[in-house]
Amino acid sequence: MKRRKLEELFFRILMLLATTIVGGSFFLIVGTVFIKGIHYMNLDMITKTPGGGFYIGKEGGVLNAIIGSFYVAGGATILGLLISIPVAIYINMYMDGKRFLSNTVRMAFDVLFGIPSIVYGAFGFLIMVYFGLRASLLGGIIAVTLLIIPILVRTLDEVIRTVPLELRDAALSLGSTRWEMSKVILRQIRPGIFTAILLSFGRAIGDVASVLFTAGFSDNIPTSLREPAATLPLAIFFQLGSPVEEVQGRGYASALILTVIVLIITMLSDFLIKRFSKHKI
Amino acid sequence: MRLLKDKLLSKLMLVFTLASVSLLVIIGAGLYYKSIPIIHRLSWIELVTTSVWKPLKGLFGFYPFIMGTLWVTAIAIVIALPLCLLTALYIVEYAPARVKRILIPFVNLLSGIPPVIFGVWGVLFIIPLIQLHIAPHFVEFSTGYSVLAGGIVLAVMIFPLIVSIISEVLRTIPQELKDASLSLGATKWETIKKVILRKALPGIIAATVLAISRAFGETIAVLMVCGNNADVPHSVFDPGYPLPALIANNYGEMLSIPLYDSALMFAALLLFIIILLFNIISRVILARLERKLAA
Repeated sequence: MKRRKLEELFFRILMLLATTIVGGSFFLIVGTVFIKGIHYMNLDMITKTPGGGFYIGKEGGVLNAIIGSFYVAGGATILGLLISIPVAIYINMYMDGKRFLSNTVRMAFDVLFGIPSIVYGAFGFLIMVYFGLRASLLGGIIAVTLLIIPILVRTLDEVIRTVPLELRDAALSLGSTRWEMSKVILRQIRPGIFTAILLSFGRAIGDVASVLFTAGFSDNIPTSLREPAATLPLAIFFQLGSPVEEVQGRGYASALILTVIVLIITMLSDFLIKRFSKHKI
Repeated sequence: MRLLKDKLLSKLMLVFTLASVSLLVIIGAGLYYKSIPIIHRLSWIELVTTSVWKPLKGLFGFYPFIMGTLWVTAIAIVIALPLCLLTALYIVEYAPARVKRILIPFVNLLSGIPPVIFGVWGVLFIIPLIQLHIAPHFVEFSTGYSVLAGGIVLAVMIFPLIVSIISEVLRTIPQELKDASLSLGATKWETIKKVILRKALPGIIAATVLAISRAFGETIAVLMVCGNNADVPHSVFDPGYPLPALIANNYGEMLSIPLYDSALMFAALLLFIIILLFNIISRVILARLERKLAA
């Protein structure tokens, strides 16, 4: 009897310990980046592009990378939406009654979601070589779009599935076509679309491996799609590899900037998901 | 007119859907096509079993990189799986609602942190920890840049994935089963051990397989802490050089050395095939579980 109680207690403590480690790792990471980064943080970092001699520790900031990242992630999210909204609608509205088919398609997107970004990067590079493109903003956007399509499709799909069946039936029974019905549904899921945008944007802005081959790097803010673009994660990676202490420090500060951006995005989407599910019928 | 519009749009959407699904095939085919030159030169078996990596001499042995990937992944899973299983059990079976409300958002936030930040954290925290506090107890000298560092960083990266899938699986276990066991006088832990874990086993396996495939492909965080030395690691304190890191580190020079680009694309193809298989396996298991629940 005593032994059983002891065993229960032992595993309870073990579980608490494990939960503390898993939950605490978030604070450990953000804390480490914050403490190291805040020391090197200043206004120049987010308002200036790298000046001459930036990479040996002189003046400048990483504005080029911040803007570049927003361009790449923003462009990819827009392009991704244009592709995934029709796909999500098609799976739900037009593949009705073909459960096996729609489930297979869903699974294909789940599998695509599991493909690592370095493979998308390599594949994006192949596409660029095929079309004779050089490393550019456009190349980066293409590779990142491929990366986030599965996220967008699966999120939108989940959201559309929360729309009550009665609503579809009501629209159909009034004589609307499936496309007109889809428009009704799209209006219903507007907050859900916003959540999907935030989720994919957050993933897009933080990814390195996909833009490594495709977007290139540049100290200037890109002014056209054909110019190479710096991205924040890549800037962090390069700066950290530098032997100069000052440059490494700026890498930590850049990491802090990226962390703050991503945390804001994640919290916003968490908040939206909660609100959205509250209004669900 | 309206019907025509509906028809046209439906065809268009079908094209979009087919195109994005066939991406799976296209990626595989594209990578394979680019790897043909090197597969012709050296056979598949030769490529994955030899360990000399000298691109300038046309020698491409992937064995050290495959071993590097396996070491890092194995360490990550050994660390992450028990911790995440216990955490998921606590969240689902024990935690009061208040604790859950606080805990789950943090797991979500952790999953949103970009890989490169994990890398920075690894360099700042894990590397010194290994170099100064862990390694000295076991080996004479270690820089800290090792497969162990890669494994730890990866483990933390896959925490959210494993915790969320396992908790989802645990939630599908019918309350009646637990009640039956508890009413027979079993303690909560005995119920977990003999009923819940047994029931959840396929789901736990699926989560593990998915986590393995995720760990396999992780690039930048591992690259930053792993040491990147093209030798087969013999202990956890040895540096390693996983496949994704190989691709990422050498993209610059791959067009200037013959067959080099083909070799790197072969590395990407290897990753793609392994991860594809693992993903399909785990998704099939999870889908079957879901269907069983619906029935």
